[in-house]
Order: sequence, then C-alpha cells, then structure tokens
Amino acid sequence: MTKALPSPGFATFEDHDHGLLLDGDGEPDFGRIQQSADFQLLRRRIATFVIPATLLFLSWYVTFVLLSAYADDFMSQPVFGVINVGLVFGFLQFASTIIITLAYSRYAKRRLDPQVDAVRSLVDADEEQL
Amino acid sequence: MNGANTAINLGVFGIFVLITLYIVYRAGSRNVTKSDYYAAGGGFTGAQNGIALSGDFLSAASFLGISGAIAVNGYDGFLYSIGWVVAWLIGLMLIAERLRNTGRYTMGDVMAFRMRERPVRAAAANATLVISLFYMIAQMAGAGGLMALLLDVHSKVGQAAIIAVVGIIMVLYVLVGGMKGTTWVQIIKAGFLILSVLLLTIFLIGKFGFDLSTMLERATQKSPLGDAVLSPGVKYGASDLSKIDFLSLALALLFGTASLPHVLMRFYTVPNAREARRSVVWATCMVATFYLCTLVLGFGAMALVGTDEITSAPGGENSAAPLLAFHIGGAVLLGIVAAVAFATILAVVAGLTLTASASFAHDVYASVIKHGEADPRSEVRVARLTAIVVGVLAIIGGIAANGQNVAFLVALAFAIAASANLPTLLYSLFWKRFNTTGTLWSIYGGLSLCIVLIAFSPAISGSPSSVFPSADFAWFPLSNPGIVSIPLSFLAGYLGTIFSKKPADPHKQSEMEVRALTGIGSGLR
Repeated sequence: MTKALPSPGFATFEDHDHGLLLDGDGEPDFGRIQQSADFQLLRRRIATFVIPATLLFLSWYVTFVLLSAYADDFMSQPVFGVINVGLVFGFLQFASTIIITLAYSRYAKRRLDPQVDAVRSLVDADEEQL
Repeated sequence: MNGANTAINLGVFGIFVLITLYIVYRAGSRNVTKSDYYAAGGGFTGAQNGIALSGDFLSAASFLGISGAIAVNGYDGFLYSIGWVVAWLIGLMLIAERLRNTGRYTMGDVMAFRMRERPVRAAAANATLVISLFYMIAQMAGAGGLMALLLDVHSKVGQAAIIAVVGIIMVLYVLVGGMKGTTWVQIIKAGFLILSVLLLTIFLIGKFGFDLSTMLERATQKSPLGDAVLSPGVKYGASDLSKIDFLSLALALLFGTASLPHVLMRFYTVPNAREARRSVVWATCMVATFYLCTLVLGFGAMALVGTDEITSAPGGENSAAPLLAFHIGGAVLLGIVAAVAFATILAVVAGLTLTASASFAHDVYASVIKHGEADPRSEVRVARLTAIVVGVLAIIGGIAANGQNVAFLVALAFAIAASANLPTLLYSLFWKRFNTTGTLWSIYGGLSLCIVLIAFSPAISGSPSSVFPSADFAWFPLSNPGIVSIPLSFLAGYLGTIFSKKPADPHKQSEMEVRALTGIGSGLR
C-alpha cells in the first residue's frame, strides 16, 4: 500500500478534485457518491450477476416444484436402479445452489470488492484533503 | 428402552449442557456493552459465524422433522430440505452484505433506516417477536416428543416438565452468555450435529455396500406405500388442493429462510460485509451437506426401522432418527443422537430468545419508549428481562403444541417470516419510492393476514392432525398460507407506498443505498 497509486487511480481522483464528495460538515455526501461513475459501475456489476442468477435459481426451483406437483409420471421414471428423475432433479437443486454460491463468491471477490474499494477511496481521499 | 438406557441418555446430555454452560460462562463473563450482548462486538470471523449460522438454522425441525418426514412420506419429505438449501441464495446475493452494512443489531435497524423511526421499529419488533415465538414453540414441542421417546415419559405432565427444563436452560445460556456465549453454543452444536449425521450416513451407506439404489430399494420394501415413496405425491398428491398446499409450502420455505429474525441477526456478529458474505457461503455448504445426510438417514430409517414402527413410536414421525440410531448402535448411539438433537433444540431456542429480547430492548424500549435516549446498561437489563418473559411464553406454548410434527410447525413460522419481513426488506433495499406507509402496510399486512389464515386453516382445527382436532372453525383450505400471504404482502407494501401522501426521503435513500453497497458511513472496514 505504500507504493504510489498507478495512474488510473489518480485519474479517478482528479475527476472529483473540483468537487469533494463530502458535505460541509465533513460527512460523506451520499447523493453525489450515488451519482459518481464509480458507484454506478458498482451497481451495474452487481446487477450483471445478481439479476440473472436470481432469475435462474428461482425459475429452476419453481419448475422443480411444479414438476413434482403436476408431473409425477415424469418424475417417477427410473434413471438408474430405483433412483428416479425426481430424486436426480432434487440432487441437482443442491448442486446448482452450491455452484451459484461459489460463483457469486468468486465474482464478488474479483469484480465487486475492488469496485467497493474504489468508491470508498473517493471518500477517503477527500477526507485526507480536508 | 429401559432404565439403564435412560441413564446413558441423561448422562450424555448432561455432559453437553455442563460443557456448554461453562464455555458460555467463560465467553460471556465480560458481557457489559450493548454491542457485546446483541452482536458479540461483531468479533467473529466469517467461517466461525457461518458455522454458527448453520447451527442457528439447523433446528430440531431439520434433524428430527425432516428425517422423519422422509422416513414416512419419502420424496415429499425431501422437498423441505431442497427448499431450505436453495433459500440461502436469497440471503447470499440480496440480503446479507446489505444488512451488515446498513444496520447494527436488529432487523428494525434496516427497515427503519430511511423511514419514520418509531412506528417502523415497533412494527419490526412485533414481527420479530411473533415469528420467534412461533418458531420457539415448534422447537419446544420437538423437545417434548424427543424426551417422550428417550426417557419413556408418556404422561403429558412429565413431558410438560421436560419442556419447562429446556426453557430454563436456554434462558440461562442467553442471560449468562449474551450473543458471544450463544454463538459458541451454536458453533459447538453445529459441529456435533454435522459430524454425527455424517458418520451415521457413511455407516448406513456402507451397510448397503455404498449403493444408494440398493438402500432405497430396501426402503421401498419396508414401506406400506412401496415404490410410490420414491415419487412425488405421497403426502401432497391426493387432490388439486393438496398440490396447491405443496406449492405454498415450497414458497414459504424458499422465502422464509432469509427473513427469519434470528438468521438476519447473525449477519451482525461479523466485522464487515465481506465476512457476512463468507458466513453465508460457509453456512450454505454446511446446510447442504447436512440435508444430503438427512436424506440418507430418512430412507435408512425407512429401510432398517420400517415406517410402521416409526409412526407408532411415542413422538411419532419425529422419532425416526433416534430409532434408527437405536437399531444401528443400541442404547449408547441412541443416547448420543438424542443428546445431539436435544442440544440442537437448546441452541436454536437460545438463539431465538436472544433475538426476541434484543428486538424488544433495542427497537421498542430504547427507540419507541425512551425516544432513543436509553441508558445502554438499562437497555441490556431490559433485554435480559425480556429473555425471561419470552422463555416463559415459549414454555407455555410448547406444552400446548406438544405432539405436532416439528417441521410442519416450523414451516408456519417460515410463512409468517416470508410474509411480514421479506417484502419489507427487499422493498426498502431496492425500491426508491418505498416509504413509511408502505413499510407499515407490508409488515402489518403480511403478519396479520398470515396469522388469520393460519388460525382458520386445517393446521389449527377441523382435521385429525390439527392442534384442536375436536373443534372445526377452519374456512381457509390450505395448511400453509404462503402462496396467498406472500404475494398479498408484496401488494400491500406497493399499495401503501402508492397511496401515501408522504413521499420517500431521497437523501436518506441515497445514504442507504451507498451505505448498503459500500459500507461508507457505517464505520465498518
């Protein structure tokens, strides 16, 4: 952290140099942070993952429940041994949940956390200037 | 099960209680500040908290109720575990990190953040208290049934005495240990629970030559339903109405998990949002492992013990796992499994008591009664007093509900949580226009609608398995109200917002959104 910031970091810093992201009392100006490009990018990145992933697991779960309720012939077809489609789909629900969980965790670490730090550094930098 | 077995059971259980009480005492002896009592000073790591989170969540309903439901109903019991695993994705992606960044101790902190504080906090506390009580009553009923089996106590008075003892021990945990002590109890309990179901599962699969299909085949031979237990529809396939009931249950399980107050409160016991996320990842993995094991245990119990013996045992469906243990390893293993189940009940009920008492002291006493100027020490004193009152109420309710299927009772608590809390939380985090009126409408609308529908459902009266089987005042046909009450609660929040003359505060909305996503202004790092 002692090394000088690379130039893109300074660029963001310069962008906001003419208007601090703090209000008159030295508190963060949330309205302007909300409008800042860095914060908007964070929002977009969250939406990029969370909205499709949520729609995916919700529709997959609802499909599974509807099939269980209304398509028991299909769900009771044996796949191997006495294990049928319904049980296999049940196990797949477990698998998909774990996969989405780990994928989100990885995505958040790589794409969200650095962006959160970027937004926070806007405010921290301003606080140092005061 | 004779006197010697009873002694083993009591011995194993007694040791657990003594060890945990000692740890709680050591962990909690310096519990003075609000932050310590409510949130353990936010000092747990993501991994520790994730294990505790799974400990808070995996209740007697999960262990006894689900393995029992699978042992008797086969596939239809499996739905509970699937719903309860998938549900964690909502907590992970939509709620955990935002809650940690926005609030400090309770669900009310988040709901009231950009609204008029006093009415919203009061509403949030009401919802928390009702849900926690419902959930606790289910756990206490489970304790009664379990002890009926273990100690061979058949008289209602004897079981009532056992329920009272459970209540007293759990209040002790909370009073002595606060959140820190309670968290350690959860961690120890989750470790015990998951280790023992894992070992049982490995043993069971080994017994059938590591071939799941062979085990399931044996299970179908021991069930009066035959092959049908492996297919959907045993319990819920009888009519169109029962199929809708199945959908309703599925929705309540999915949307209830991430809106349970004691689960929400666990997102505050870590230092920041990243640790909160890590907690949920850990909890999801633990919970998924656990439910895969209960599937094996349930069908294993069906294969080795047989459905008939389970349903006719004292404690009914809930006794599948203990009976299985007795068949495999005799009295000693039964003692261990029973002690684990009992520890589970104790720990979950302690977590609930803590949540309910924090909500009353922090949201009602400090904000509504004292207008936010309560002395922190007296706030903690009020929280402790509330814990005692909640404990007494739970004991009374548990005695009244003794004998019901625990997973089923808990599913009702999930429906209430999903109706009163989830719409409010999601709207206040994600919908700019959402305002105080909308908040109140969705909390009170969801809460009251759900309770009314349960009160007039077959769960309470009019069928042989009801709480009051001899009375019949049921006009609502579904035993789980989720499919009606959850959408209507979303609608209530929407209409309340639209019809309100006071628009949302845009500055507060900016502050909440920035803070929820980045933690700026929360003081967290």
